[in-house]
Amino acid sequence: MPSNRLPDLVCPAGSLPALKSAVDNGADAVYLGFKNNTNARNFAGLNFDEKALVDGIRYAHDRKKGVLLAINTFPQAGRTADWQRAVDAAADLGVDAVIMADLGLLDYANRRHPGLRLHLSVQGSATNFAAVNLAHQEFGIRRAVLPRVLTLGQVEHVIQNTPVEIEVFGYGSLCVMNEGRCWLSSYACGESPNTVGACSPAKFVEWKKKPGVMETRLNGILIDSRGDTESAGYPTLCKGRYEVNGNTYYAIEEPTSLNVLSILPDIVNIGVRAIKVEGRQRSPTYVAQVTRTLRAALDSLAAGAERYEVRQEWQSQLTRLSEGNQATLGAYSRPWR
Amino acid sequence: MIPRFQLPAFFARAGRLFPQWPHAAGLALALNAAIAARLLPADSLALLEGRSFLVVVNDAGTRAAFTYGGGSFRPLLNFRSEPDLTFRANLSAFLRLLAREEDPDTLFFNRELSIEGDTELGLVVKNMLEAIELPKLPKFS
Repeated sequence: MPSNRLPDLVCPAGSLPALKSAVDNGADAVYLGFKNNTNARNFAGLNFDEKALVDGIRYAHDRKKGVLLAINTFPQAGRTADWQRAVDAAADLGVDAVIMADLGLLDYANRRHPGLRLHLSVQGSATNFAAVNLAHQEFGIRRAVLPRVLTLGQVEHVIQNTPVEIEVFGYGSLCVMNEGRCWLSSYACGESPNTVGACSPAKFVEWKKKPGVMETRLNGILIDSRGDTESAGYPTLCKGRYEVNGNTYYAIEEPTSLNVLSILPDIVNIGVRAIKVEGRQRSPTYVAQVTRTLRAALDSLAAGAERYEVRQEWQSQLTRLSEGNQATLGAYSRPWR
Repeated sequence: MIPRFQLPAFFARAGRLFPQWPHAAGLALALNAAIAARLLPADSLALLEGRSFLVVVNDAGTRAAFTYGGGSFRPLLNFRSEPDLTFRANLSAFLRLLAREEDPDTLFFNRELSIEGDTELGLVVKNMLEAIELPKLPKFS
């Protein structure tokens, strides 16, 4: 082992410098989005206009790296044409694949642009091989990104029962992992990734420093009050601390990041085709640091799985970048199952 | 590599005794140089129009208030009111951030950087600075 080829390392790019960071530090492909609500990281000042995208595609392709474009939000009533135009633009610009979640949009892309490679987004919430295979039969998807709710064994079961390439997350912020179906942000703000392309949009977030603590409010709702030495996470409902039966704690999810370094040989062995890094909202510095670390780990694996060992410097680098300063194997490892 | 350090408390006490406008003037000058070099996109700059910003260097005891309007940044002298946006960190964190040795979200998670005021404005500023292509910056050394 590994009998399979090394999976592609797919890294996030929220800007042109981030794209270059990813490519220069060993990504096989980058994923990115347009500067609008057709993608799930629609934050102010982030993402690519057409010129930046043309430059980015050229930079990546000149170095034989791929560019995957996320159009992974859901078309809103009366504005389907905006999403279809994004698909047309993607095809015209020559991206290597489009990552999509909406069934109607997948159908549109499949009919209108038969040559365009389609990936099923994690927002598409396909957690079993029947769902993946249906999207393959109906829309010709070539790859599916699995939600972060499956154990390694379950991922393997999907891979064994589908002709579709499987991409899984390897590193990055975790949430309640109900992607594409989560309405917690809408519950607090009236806006969510599915509708406007942003979870807990910044205009609803307020951090207030008080003596000894920092209060976090989301649309006026107090979601956390942190001591000055406690590490922090993103200001989402799922990572807030609430009083439940007299105890105040992370009642839904602790701020944490996924990190698969310790099970990388298993991920490669079961035939995962691509490993994705979360974080289009983060800086070129983050992209460089994570990409370099995972590239080193994958290359070390390629040199011989039996000698693979997680190096201390990889682990400390990734833990330092982690949300809440802690990392986990998430659903991949559930020894109690 | 910029080391992680914290200035002795003396600096914070002494820093507050000196006039603060040179810091603001220096920062405004640097940002205007970035505009002149076309490093800052017009669509992001437009969102800063008329807004006030405060950068506080905790361990140096220094603060710089400035605003953007009519195509350039300028220092706000004797700024006393509530700014639209405040960034606070120690000198080491700001330097590591500027040198792109550190990711701002990481600093935030580690509680080394705080953002108060209009969070969306903060995101505009953060993403605007992150999108600058560093090799194009003039070399000072």
